[in-house]
Amino acid sequence: MSAAPPAPGAPTRAGTGRRRLDGARRLTYLTLLAVAFFSALPLYYSVVVASRDNAALAEVPPPLLPGGNFFANVARVFDTVPFALAITNSVIVAGSIALAVMFFSTLAGFAFAKLRFRGRNALLLLTVATMTVPTQLGIIPLYMLMVKLEWTGTLYALIVPALVSAFGVFFMTQYLSRALPTELLEAGRVDGCTTWGLFWHVVIPVARPAAAVLGMLTFMSAWNDYFWPLVVLTPENPTVQVALSTLAAGYVNDYVLGLAGTALGTLPLVVVFSLLGKQIIGGIMQGAVKG
Amino acid sequence: MATRAPDRPAAAPPGRPVRARRGVRRHLVHQLDTKASPYAYVAPFFLLFSAFGLFPLAYTAWVSLHEWTLLEDEHAFIGLENFRTLLADDYFWNAAFNTLSIGVLSTVPQLLLAIWLAHLLNRPLRAQTFLRVTLLLPNVTSVVAVVVIFSQLFGRDFGMINWMLSWFGVGGVAWNEGVASSHAAISIMIMWRWTGYNALIFLAAMQAVPRELYEAATLDGASGLTQLRKITIPMIRPTIVFVVITSTIGAMQVMAEPLLFGSYMVTGGVDRQYQTLALFIYENFTRLDFGYASAISWMMFLFIIVIAGVNYLLTRRAKGSLT
Repeated sequence: MSAAPPAPGAPTRAGTGRRRLDGARRLTYLTLLAVAFFSALPLYYSVVVASRDNAALAEVPPPLLPGGNFFANVARVFDTVPFALAITNSVIVAGSIALAVMFFSTLAGFAFAKLRFRGRNALLLLTVATMTVPTQLGIIPLYMLMVKLEWTGTLYALIVPALVSAFGVFFMTQYLSRALPTELLEAGRVDGCTTWGLFWHVVIPVARPAAAVLGMLTFMSAWNDYFWPLVVLTPENPTVQVALSTLAAGYVNDYVLGLAGTALGTLPLVVVFSLLGKQIIGGIMQGAVKG
Repeated sequence: MATRAPDRPAAAPPGRPVRARRGVRRHLVHQLDTKASPYAYVAPFFLLFSAFGLFPLAYTAWVSLHEWTLLEDEHAFIGLENFRTLLADDYFWNAAFNTLSIGVLSTVPQLLLAIWLAHLLNRPLRAQTFLRVTLLLPNVTSVVAVVVIFSQLFGRDFGMINWMLSWFGVGGVAWNEGVASSHAAISIMIMWRWTGYNALIFLAAMQAVPRELYEAATLDGASGLTQLRKITIPMIRPTIVFVVITSTIGAMQVMAEPLLFGSYMVTGGVDRQYQTLALFIYENFTRLDFGYASAISWMMFLFIIVIAGVNYLLTRRAKGSLT
């Protein structure tokens, strides 16, 4: 920044400018740290509560440090709701949705980014437009459809409608049109590759980093999805979120129980996110720029 | 096929029959491959989205014109009767008011804060990754977890927030009893979950603004706030419009927060003081009154279009006053 050639008489000005910047910068750090503190505080406090007992919560001031009851509380969670089943279900659902979205989005993204066909622009526009459609409003007929298919109460009802995502297609289209060199595809053609061969041998290796980010974002949102699982599943065969809401609703005053479940269902995701956060954030920000 | 087959060898040039025939076949396959493959590749998305996204949305309109419950096989066509009942239903207007109130309370401060945070992050800072990851932590937390955690924080007797307020002489607020207090509590939950996410979207847009503009402005002695108003906001306007629209659509569909904040009461509080439209739909869904629930869905769709449209125009028009 200071590389710009100074205008006549600039030195003193630049000097005061930098000092003012330092004060401003300190304020910036303080503000951002305060925001970071408040972003993390509720999560930290959930761990504090989850590791105490209900009597400790009634103390004034409230406890601010974790106690030693976490595992006892977790055991109570497993006794109260089918939490092991819930975790298994959530892993199956979020995992298969993430894999399917990665695959179908890369496939469609490849076609939109690099193949020429009639109606391409119109179809791409349609895809982007569907991102703004509030599909939640179609939830009643969707439920009726699941009743017809006899999928209510089963994981199919969660997985099948979520196999594709407009955001995913758009995201992979953006990425592949930038990252996939057309010459590479032409070279493949000359070597006698079919389109499918190109997809398999050229596109997938190039798409891998972006597809991984898309997979993580999809996994997280499928893991956290609540409304639709609540509608089609039963408390006997829940996902993590449905099991958590059963805990929170059935044991209103048992905060310790509710928050132990919450910590258990949330912390794995938070840890994974903290480790891979840089890539995921890069993905979110890339997907946003063209929006 | 059988009658056509003899044509092909005849069409091939007489000189090199075998190789040419294979060449033609290869050419046809290649033609088919390049012409059909693109459609085959985008087809899964469009087929599945039509079946599970678009069709249900359209079918909602059909259901809304019927007296339709899950238990009966006969569904009487009653025209606009459901909508007529709806417009005279106080619970509906109550839910519409709550949705609007929570929507404004959560969205307006959230977006202003997000722009400001993005502005602060958009400069060379240490620990950028740490700050960004922490800002996005709330968004990784599920709605259910957020409400469970905040219900404890907002607890009347032992909640941390009331404990902090007691330092300023404010005593025992029962957050989920009043209209204003419950709307504020729910809005804070929504803000906590989404501010960081939107800040990062704004930051992505801000990073695409040419640095020279800021350098020139700094040389001219423009303050940070002036730069934000005169350079950043006009330059990232398309992103602002995008975020305003998506936030509006999201705010209109708020459902899990009021449901869980009221410990699973589909009425959203004893006096329906925080029942939103989406929760009102769910209430009628649990009563298996699908016709009425569908009518609410369509009214809500209408609201979304109108409010998103108004916001679109407002955000675009703001250009004139800011530059």
